[in-house]
Amino acid sequence: MAELMYWEAIRRAHDEEMAHDPMVICMGEDIGVAGGTYKATQGLYAKYGAERVVDTPISENGYTGLGIGASFLGVRPVIEIMSVNFAWLAMDQIFNSAAKVRYMSGGQLTAPVVIRSAGGTAHQLGAQHSARMEKVFMGIAGLRVVTPSNPRQAYGLLKSAVRCDDPVYINEHELMYNMKGEVPDDEYFMPLEGSEVAREGRDVTLFGYNISVHWCLQAAATLAKDFGIEAEIIDLYTLSPLDRAGIVASVRKTHRAVIVEEAEAAVGVGAEVMAIINEECFFELDAAPVRVSAVNVPIPYNHKLEKAAIPNVGDIVAAVRKMVGK
Amino acid sequence: MNVADKKRLLREMLFARRFEERCYEAYVERKIGGFLHLYSGEEACAHGVLEAARPGQDWVITGYRDHIHAIKCGADPKKVMAELYGKETGSSKGRGGSMHIFDVEHRFMGGYALVGGPFPLAAGMAKAIKMQGGDEIAICFLGDAANNQGTFHESLNMAKVWNLPVLYVCENNLYGIGTRIDRSTAVVDQYKRVAGYDIPSAQEDGQDVEKVIKAAKKAVDHVRSGKGPYFLELMTYRYRGHSMSDSNAYRSKDEEREWSGRDPIIMLRDRLIKAGELTKQGYKALDTEILDEIENEIIAFAEASPEPRVDELKKYTFAENDPWVYGGGR
Repeated sequence: MAELMYWEAIRRAHDEEMAHDPMVICMGEDIGVAGGTYKATQGLYAKYGAERVVDTPISENGYTGLGIGASFLGVRPVIEIMSVNFAWLAMDQIFNSAAKVRYMSGGQLTAPVVIRSAGGTAHQLGAQHSARMEKVFMGIAGLRVVTPSNPRQAYGLLKSAVRCDDPVYINEHELMYNMKGEVPDDEYFMPLEGSEVAREGRDVTLFGYNISVHWCLQAAATLAKDFGIEAEIIDLYTLSPLDRAGIVASVRKTHRAVIVEEAEAAVGVGAEVMAIINEECFFELDAAPVRVSAVNVPIPYNHKLEKAAIPNVGDIVAAVRKMVGK
Repeated sequence: MNVADKKRLLREMLFARRFEERCYEAYVERKIGGFLHLYSGEEACAHGVLEAARPGQDWVITGYRDHIHAIKCGADPKKVMAELYGKETGSSKGRGGSMHIFDVEHRFMGGYALVGGPFPLAAGMAKAIKMQGGDEIAICFLGDAANNQGTFHESLNMAKVWNLPVLYVCENNLYGIGTRIDRSTAVVDQYKRVAGYDIPSAQEDGQDVEKVIKAAKKAVDHVRSGKGPYFLELMTYRYRGHSMSDSNAYRSKDEEREWSGRDPIIMLRDRLIKAGELTKQGYKALDTEILDEIENEIIAFAEASPEPRVDELKKYTFAENDPWVYGGGR
């Protein structure tokens, strides 16, 4: 088991899939000669050449559509959109072409593209480089949405996403590319529908995904040490579809739910998880579920305001203590 | 082109006209729902270009005015009509409708309803062709108004940068929905607009199918020989409104008369009659034969076909039983 950084895990998955299938290509801004903004394609240009590691012009809707069109004929493009904020420009092709083509062709065509993008609030990047968009993608029928919280997931999810016949959006995070974690040495594929128990507990379930799993882990350590509260953590690494069975199983065990998301509460992951809990196991609850989410504002530049806009470990601890009454 | 080919083309174009006009009737009868965009008047464009290409082998994509392109590629008109009727036997199993005809077996890669959406998809198909080493080309048919979308410029740029085998055919019918081209577009001659991308282009009379074939041959040869993208503008006119919900109040009767005097089917018919290859009675008999075929075979098939099952509503949203959804394990 090797310890890899998140970007190294993605790079390894790219490399293996390109070696496995000559129809796998990578596309995006600065991913080739320049090696990639987050190094996720480092060295691949030299290895596979310009036809397969494609430096695109800054035309998000254009090159995303081009990748989708190539996928109609059996090419398997992995498209990197440098920042999720720019993915809005590609939304027409993702939403209207990739996600719908199988349905509206009666199953004749499919768009097996992978779209990877960095979302999340980093360090003072301002309103137009700090958005979290996973909630938007989650609402698109015909699109799979996954979001790795560690290098092992980043590797295994990309591997499966490349081979899956459906279009898959992979939500990454600006702050996580240098995060280290163990990745199996042998080839490894993650399911594209599921969740993982990141920590076992009995008193409350913290639902997190991507970066918020790490906040939950820190909060759980404090809750156990200082307050004797054992929190279970469910890592929702697939956001569409959400793992209903995994969500319900944990709530049946702990009877309490706190959903932690870096994004705003409105129309978000937390709202969706709450709806599932209400639909599936309302009478199992000992307390009303709670969301720990961002404030509904464009992300400010000023560092104090930025910090205040998104949730933190203290917010999670406070929410759990209030719920449990300790 | 020999006489037999000309006669075949005449039949195909007359069939296209009658097919579309029968769609109009079915729409008025409420047999066809949604939006319906008819190709009447523009037949020489699709027929001429695809005559010069290899329909069924080259990869074709277009917008929402798509029935005739699909049929010319080889789609069964019965299935196209059944699709318009929303039937399970339709080309997209009743899930697509008029704007989303697909026939992947014949490499008709679909009708898309976002204006300009197919530009990058076509470039992508060309990228795939190039990677896979075939000598097919990608052909994208869109109207003039699509050229005011960003995808037009983004796609032309990428097609040129990567030297992709794609032919963009602009069916310039002078109107973007109900707005005349000179009121919406700074440069009215569309073929001039691609000069900024160093892509060769031409403008041709889109009502004369023989001229279209000649111009398209040059375009197709250019693309197929590996010289990169080409842009062909065809000047044409649609007889009906943009869609069935269009009052058509924005065009003058004089203009409509002028264009219907240059009808692509009548022009070819008269040429054949003048050359002694066809008689007026022969044309009439052909027309009757086509009308009977549409009624007795195509409409009858669509009428008799079953609708999709409601318990299959979710089918085709995702791939079925894809092992990689389960990590390759199932």
